[in-house]
Amino acid sequence: MTITSEPLTTQGAAPRDLAALGLRESATFDRATIADIQRAAATGVYDIRGWGAKRQLPHFDDLLFLGASVSRYPLEGYREKCDTDVVLGDRHATRPLHLQTPVTIAGMSFGALSANAKEALGRGASEVGTSTTTGDGGMTPEERGQSKHLVYQYLPSRYGMNPDDLRKADAIEIVLGQGAKPGGGGMLLGQKITERVAGMRTLPVGIDQRSASRHPDWTGPDDLEIKIGASRPYYDTALAVKSGADVVVVDGMQGGTAATQQVFIENVGIPTLAAIPQAVQALQELGVHRKVQLIVSGGIRTGADVAKAMALGADAVAIGTAALIALGDNDPRYAAEYSALGSAAGFYDDFQDGRDPAGITTQDTELASRLDPVAAGRRLANYLRVLTMEAQTIARACGKSHLHNLEPEDLVALTIEASAMARVPLAGTSWIPGAR
Amino acid sequence: MVTLTAPETSTDTNVETTLPAVSTDSFSVDLAGSPVRDLNQELHNAIDGQAWTVTSPGGKHSLAVGINADVTVTVEGHAGSYAAGMHQKGDVTINGNAGVGLAENIMSGTVHVKGDASQSAAATGHGGLVVIDGNAGARCGISMKGVDIVVGGNIGHMSAFMAQAGRLVVCGDAGEALGDSIYEARIYVKGTVASLGADCIEKPMKAEHLAELGELLAAAGRTDNPSDFKRYGSARNLYHFHVDNSTSY
Ligand SMILES: Cc1cc2nc3c(=O)[nH]c(=O)nc-3n(C[C@H](O)[C@H](O)[C@H](O)COP(=O)(O)O)c2cc1C
Repeated sequence: MTITSEPLTTQGAAPRDLAALGLRESATFDRATIADIQRAAATGVYDIRGWGAKRQLPHFDDLLFLGASVSRYPLEGYREKCDTDVVLGDRHATRPLHLQTPVTIAGMSFGALSANAKEALGRGASEVGTSTTTGDGGMTPEERGQSKHLVYQYLPSRYGMNPDDLRKADAIEIVLGQGAKPGGGGMLLGQKITERVAGMRTLPVGIDQRSASRHPDWTGPDDLEIKIGASRPYYDTALAVKSGADVVVVDGMQGGTAATQQVFIENVGIPTLAAIPQAVQALQELGVHRKVQLIVSGGIRTGADVAKAMALGADAVAIGTAALIALGDNDPRYAAEYSALGSAAGFYDDFQDGRDPAGITTQDTELASRLDPVAAGRRLANYLRVLTMEAQTIARACGKSHLHNLEPEDLVALTIEASAMARVPLAGTSWIPGAR
Repeated sequence: MVTLTAPETSTDTNVETTLPAVSTDSFSVDLAGSPVRDLNQELHNAIDGQAWTVTSPGGKHSLAVGINADVTVTVEGHAGSYAAGMHQKGDVTINGNAGVGLAENIMSGTVHVKGDASQSAAATGHGGLVVIDGNAGARCGISMKGVDIVVGGNIGHMSAFMAQAGRLVVCGDAGEALGDSIYEARIYVKGTVASLGADCIEKPMKAEHLAELGELLAAAGRTDNPSDFKRYGSARNLYHFHVDNSTSY
């Protein structure tokens, strides 16, 4: 969201100073809420923005690893092997994907992202042996060229969808929904519909474009991956498996987006933490856990998040927002420009706007040229390596010789909410609320 | 395995090793005894010029999908859902009815249904021609992106919803909410329109429209008179989100 007018009273004053003056902020009508109401009243339109849910939610931070102890054997940190590879799609696929790290790059469209950003994602992912995913708007040559493992998204909009690109893909992901907006379609505002983007989507240049929220002919999902925005992951996962999917992607409500109504981002869907055990339960009940792979996304930031998702039963994770940050999104060196846009480094979420100073969520050629795909790709590769090493560090401490050996038993929860959602005991107890 | 009762015209029995660039061979596949997957695989391996006949289709789904060679395929009977999906080249004729999602995402070539087609015919089609001699159900041409569709009979509600490009010709009547949220596709209807969807309006029939409609009708093998049709398309009022349009959706 963009701040359009100067805040009235705070002019540089820190919140503590205001409290000292006896001023008290309403918990119900906090400053962000007040600004939202003012913005709605001034413009008459709802707020559309990028990023994912910004509200506080039960998350991976509310889980801890127990580590090894007398009853569990750790592995030697710098010596003993802890493997990280993962095979996706070995149930039916004749050529499953074999990735070197379980951290994959989530689908982000060309259109939402610049061609340079897509290329950088491909470069970074390929360097560490993981996959990237196309997005709404189809496959670009830049992306295909730079991605060793490219997953092709088959989306409700079918923009740029053609069988030739399907054949060029290493895997196919049928998108049914996205965590940021389960049940909602996509949008790309006119500013980003350049000639190239419009051409790929068969639409006039410069119009606000709506992506369908459901498949117009509802194809029976029978290909490789199925991506679900988490709302009823137990049933959705079961249906995906029954339809023959080799891989199920579950995207929690923290999951990023390029452009969605704020009311949607913050109020629809369930947290990633709550979605995983439901999906895992469905897979287990059908006897296909670890046979149909589960990819989890929505708020993955650190190797600890990766390890926690895997311990809860995921086979791999996908990252969107974090990958963009690694490329250079929200970089403080563009502080002045973020400020000119009414935002700030660390807060910038106007991915829909196409004016990204970092050249990532834009179709403006001048801005896009700021992102060097080689250097940005290297930063992403660095970050992916760190995530993988962090996850390994934790896995070894839990005595695991492979990341996929992590298990719920390695985890405890810090809060009752997280305990109930993740279905692991509250730390120091054997209590899982709601467990029978 | 597909049960092949051909080649009927070829004398070359070793087709595997001496594939000619163009063939005049004809093949027949009886689906009573062989799986659809094998049929589709054979069609994916087919080469230009071949003629394929599919018997006993029995309303099976996904018949003749993903064809990418200049072949003719004739289905002798009814097809289930998603027949001729993602069609890229050649001609598919269905001598019967077709289920949901006929020719979904067709890229080029022709698909001709002699009977009726169910919902979402030619959905998201990017190119090519889909001819339905009978009626088409709801959402015909939904999200179409360049395909041409000619329907001899009536079409159901919400047809050409969010239609982006291409032309939809209806020789009978159209159901409710025709062309809702349409972009640049053009719709021609000879009969009545139950109602127009949001942002879809009647537009004048100019000479160029009469000409293109005449070509489409001819391509579909029809003799209807273009001047009996009305044209519908986008008012282009919803191309940008605006508060004043909020009640249109
Ligand atoms: C800029 C941007 C564009 C996106 N585009 C798509 C898309 O085209 N298709 C899709 O399925 N998901 C899309 N997503 C969602 C991601 O695939 C993924 O679900 C999400 O980013 C994961 O959550 P995270 O951002 O917290 O890692 C997009 C996300 C972002 C940030």
